[in-house]
Amino acid sequence: MNSDQQAHDALKNRLAEAATSEFRGQARAVVPAEQILEALKFLRNERGFDLLIDITCVDYLRYRGAADRFGLVYLLANTQTNERLTVRTFLNEPEPSVPSMTPLWEGANWMEREVWDMFGIHFEGHPDLRRILLPEEFAAFPLRKDYPLQGRGERHNFPVLTREGA
Amino acid sequence: MAVELPDNVQIGQLDALASWCRKNSLWPMPFATACCGIELMATGASKHDIARFGAEVFRFSPRQCDLMIVAGRVVMKMLPVLQRIWQQMNEPKWCISMGACASTGGVFDTYSVVQGVDRFIPVDMYVPGCPPRPEQLIQSIIDLQDKIQREGTLGGDEFRMTARQQPKRALVELPGLPTIDSARNPVAWSSEVGRG
Repeated sequence: MNSDQQAHDALKNRLAEAATSEFRGQARAVVPAEQILEALKFLRNERGFDLLIDITCVDYLRYRGAADRFGLVYLLANTQTNERLTVRTFLNEPEPSVPSMTPLWEGANWMEREVWDMFGIHFEGHPDLRRILLPEEFAAFPLRKDYPLQGRGERHNFPVLTREGA
Repeated sequence: MAVELPDNVQIGQLDALASWCRKNSLWPMPFATACCGIELMATGASKHDIARFGAEVFRFSPRQCDLMIVAGRVVMKMLPVLQRIWQQMNEPKWCISMGACASTGGVFDTYSVVQGVDRFIPVDMYVPGCPPRPEQLIQSIIDLQDKIQREGTLGGDEFRMTARQQPKRALVELPGLPTIDSARNPVAWSSEVGRG
């Protein structure tokens, strides 16, 4: 049994609701949103996953066979044993919300801001949940599937400078 | 009574002299945001040598420039910066839209990329290409020099022509897309700005 399997077996023992699986040698786990903080705290403090690689999100709107709207993905790594683990949780409208992971990993700060910026996932307890890439006054979450690719006219919403006016 | 001119005196229009001075001392403002900026640097470097046309002095202060070269795509977050720099440049000033992205948005037909800077600032020359070769940029500078010499006046009258005030391309969105909230930007959506 390799160490990846040990990690998700341990997670399964700890959290009965966690659905663990393996795909081409990569361990992954699906955790209910209510238990995501508990699960990640366990993985960090007791399984040595000291590095949060990334937080990202998938919008499953109109996705074949999908039951939930958003899939939030945490990519974890253990720098001592080189274990990797993908932890996912599913969220739904209205107001998808999960606890912030900034108490566990300081680096979660900007990643959560980016997910907020693009998908509008609210992170409870985040110290500074502002837009990170788009302008402050931007009014939508552009990576949601119900947002049109060419936008809602934001790219045209500027004054026109002419020779005479300038 | 006829006045005899010495051999070393030539009579001409002052406008022509001013235009001749201006066209041969264009100081570019490199607004380089993407790969076109690399070609712009190559144009300034020794092999292509933009100095042959009096335009070698790239200035990063808009106060010292009279030619803005928009090289690369401009996103909606960058456009207010572009407009402010354009306003900070002293008259007379010209603008070259370099490459497909600056001219039309290029392949980046997305919510965040401005679909041509000429929608929001006046543009004198367009350079096609993705990215254009330095020769193309130099050709546009030569053409701009011709244009300055041909149209330039001491008082800047060429900029007051009504025909040149209009944005060159339509500000109308593609049909079928959601319309913009016109209340937020009455200038861009006034009736005088039409297709064509």
